[in-house]
Amino acid sequence: MSRLFRQRAVTSLFSLLGLIVLVFFLSRLTGDPTSLFLPIDATDAMRENFRELHGLNDPLLLQFWHYIVDLTHLDFGESIRKARPAIDVVIEAFGWTFQLAIMTMALVAFCAIVLGSIAAFRVGGKFDRLVSLVSLIGASAPDFWIAIVAIVIFSINIGWLPTSGTGSIAHWILPIAVLFIRPFGLILQVVRGSMISALGSAYVKTAKAKGVKNTPIIFVHTLRNAMLPVITVMGDQAAALLNGAVVVETIFGFPGVGKLMIDSILQRDFNVILAAIMVTALAIFIMNLLIDVAYLFLDPRIRY
Amino acid sequence: MTDHLLEVRNLSVRFHTAAGIVDAVRNVSWHLDRGETLAILGESGSGKSVSASAIMNLIDIPPGEITSGEILFDGNDLLQQTAEERRQVNGKRIAMIFQDPLSHLNPVYPVGWQIAETMRVHGKDPAEANARALDLVRRVGLPNPQQALEKYPHQFSGGQRQRIMIAMALALKPDILIADEPTTALDVTVQAEVLALLEELQAETGMGLLLITHDLGVVAETADRVVVMNRGEIVETGPASEVYHNPRDPYTRRLIAAAPGKGEMRDGNSQGKPLLEMKGVEKAFGSFQALKGVDLTVFPGETVAIVGESGSGKSTLVKTLVRLIEPTAGQATWNGRDLFAMSLKEMRPVRRDIQMVFQDPTQSLNPRMTIFEVISEAWRIHKDVVPRAQWRTRVAELLTQVGLLPDHARRYPHQFSGGQRQRIAIARALALEPKLIVCDEAVSALDVSIQAQVIALLDRLRRDLGIAFIFIAHDLPVVRDFADHVLVMQSGAVVEKGTTREIFENPKSLYTKTLLASGLDPDPEVQAKRRAERKELVDA
Repeated sequence: MSRLFRQRAVTSLFSLLGLIVLVFFLSRLTGDPTSLFLPIDATDAMRENFRELHGLNDPLLLQFWHYIVDLTHLDFGESIRKARPAIDVVIEAFGWTFQLAIMTMALVAFCAIVLGSIAAFRVGGKFDRLVSLVSLIGASAPDFWIAIVAIVIFSINIGWLPTSGTGSIAHWILPIAVLFIRPFGLILQVVRGSMISALGSAYVKTAKAKGVKNTPIIFVHTLRNAMLPVITVMGDQAAALLNGAVVVETIFGFPGVGKLMIDSILQRDFNVILAAIMVTALAIFIMNLLIDVAYLFLDPRIRY
Repeated sequence: MTDHLLEVRNLSVRFHTAAGIVDAVRNVSWHLDRGETLAILGESGSGKSVSASAIMNLIDIPPGEITSGEILFDGNDLLQQTAEERRQVNGKRIAMIFQDPLSHLNPVYPVGWQIAETMRVHGKDPAEANARALDLVRRVGLPNPQQALEKYPHQFSGGQRQRIMIAMALALKPDILIADEPTTALDVTVQAEVLALLEELQAETGMGLLLITHDLGVVAETADRVVVMNRGEIVETGPASEVYHNPRDPYTRRLIAAAPGKGEMRDGNSQGKPLLEMKGVEKAFGSFQALKGVDLTVFPGETVAIVGESGSGKSTLVKTLVRLIEPTAGQATWNGRDLFAMSLKEMRPVRRDIQMVFQDPTQSLNPRMTIFEVISEAWRIHKDVVPRAQWRTRVAELLTQVGLLPDHARRYPHQFSGGQRQRIAIARALALEPKLIVCDEAVSALDVSIQAQVIALLDRLRRDLGIAFIFIAHDLPVVRDFADHVLVMQSGAVVEKGTTREIFENPKSLYTKTLLASGLDPDPEVQAKRRAERKELVDA
């Protein structure tokens, strides 16, 4: 187990390093933040001063060297836009995204697993066909469109829910609902497929011959066996949510990592972009580790 | 009403499949009494398992449909009862065990939990169920019962898993135990132990035992009465010994005649220079010694059988022969050349000379290739065997040679039966005009009558084409009719070798003797004698 952790940590560290190099130089190709932050009538001296202050005058490689050296002291640099340490800005936004992702995924997992399992038990039945149709629509619906339509209906026409921002429980409902649809559709399909094949297993026949009731056959005997592929897909979907749902967060004015990224890219707030990438990478690393632990827990035949 | 413990009357079951309606069983009637063992004997597709599935409510409806009949148990027709009523019968009054216990046990729960579950679902208190599970595990003879309860199915051997299945089935002392091919996947000595255990438990509880099997030996060993099925119908029924000695139905007669182990034995006829000589071959996987210095000699045109139970190293040995596995020590000469010193390039013509036929023809034939492609594929690599213009005629010849039709070349593997697929695999092996064919359990998965045909085919090829065979098997009677020499292996070492007659008539090592005594003879009287011999050996 600890060997697995070390292996994963080493490989992840290398890919993270590659990512940092790539993002560091690519983001600087977008241009100089000075022209965005200073007023149009700023003097050359003011511009020079700004560049000097943020270390933008050094040669690119030297800037990178400084960045890496600071990073080893866990100094992620300042956010130009917020005039605060970049890491603080990112962690604040990540907190919001994290809550959103956890709540959405919990809901997705529960609904997809229960409905998918029941659908699989009677393949081709009315319930199965209804659930399959709904999940197919869900898996293929564009979320930006659903978000806008949902705002029009629930916020503007009926006026039940706020259009954007945070502050009350009501503010969470629409973002969660919109983010829910696609992973729900996708994971339900995986649960259903995996359950159909697991229900055809020989050990299900044994359970029936023992006189086990249908509900435990589905949820005790079969589900645990069918969960391995499901967990893999759930991990992918959760990773996508942790990365920040850029479109949905932007539409709902939700102060998460996705929105922060977009804003920082548009304003060339380089340090924030890099810090955001590192924080989400760490979150995804931890989540993958949790998935491996879940595998171990679910299937006694797996040993790392 | 009925006086029998269980009675099936005029049962007909059909399946609605994509290919049309299949009548799996038609008008099947039989009965089982307390303390009795009834065997249903039949080959694959005979419908022998269908009535058992109907009893256990395991037939999926649809696509299945029970079109007529009654299953009388305890004065009730099971087929008229509700799903809930039948669930209460399952596991408590009638229990079932299956072939291949590994896939029939849930891989993710400890076996103790699974055994106790039978009792919990029928209302036993969990603590009491756990205590009884321990007793059961002890009774069926698992080592370290207390620890065994916490282990998972994959941590046991095949025979132990079947013992676990038996413990699970007998937890609530059912009136009837249905055993569907319970020993088919097991080694002969393990098979004998499991059957002995079933018999003991039957004597203890007085349950009725319904045994479904394709194996005449299992019938001879266990059954009081036998029902013979063919193509969904009962062709004959009666006391086991009477049916064996005086079969009335032509199908039963054919089945009994096909049972291997009755032909003339060979004394070996090694001539000329040896084709293959292996000396002191060793193979270690880490600290595990899979082969411990094995010698093997094969002469042109002769058959050497390698017999041993799972884990004896027989497959590892032949894999070193074609260098699919590199040996850790030892020598081998092929046609006078050092086999283990050859480079990969030098190996190529040797691989052409040594062909393999595997156990499962379904898995060893690519389902997306036509038979023509399957057979001609090797000619793309070994270009000098057959010129491309003659591929079609040569494939047709090969198919005729193995008893198929030239027309079959256009079809795909799934359009053939198991026996036909094995013929195709043999035709593919013949395509390269080999000097030696290695058959790795090549007939083990086939029905008895098909097995006899395939062996007759191999024997004819040996005589006509002078091909030598290495024939790996766990089944002794098959080897008896076909081999010139026999090599008996146990845990990576050769325990005995000799001509077929020497091995069968005068076995020297205790292991060979046990192996021979564990094999089941289709004749109930012979089998009774053999059982006594085995008991002596085990006690010794």
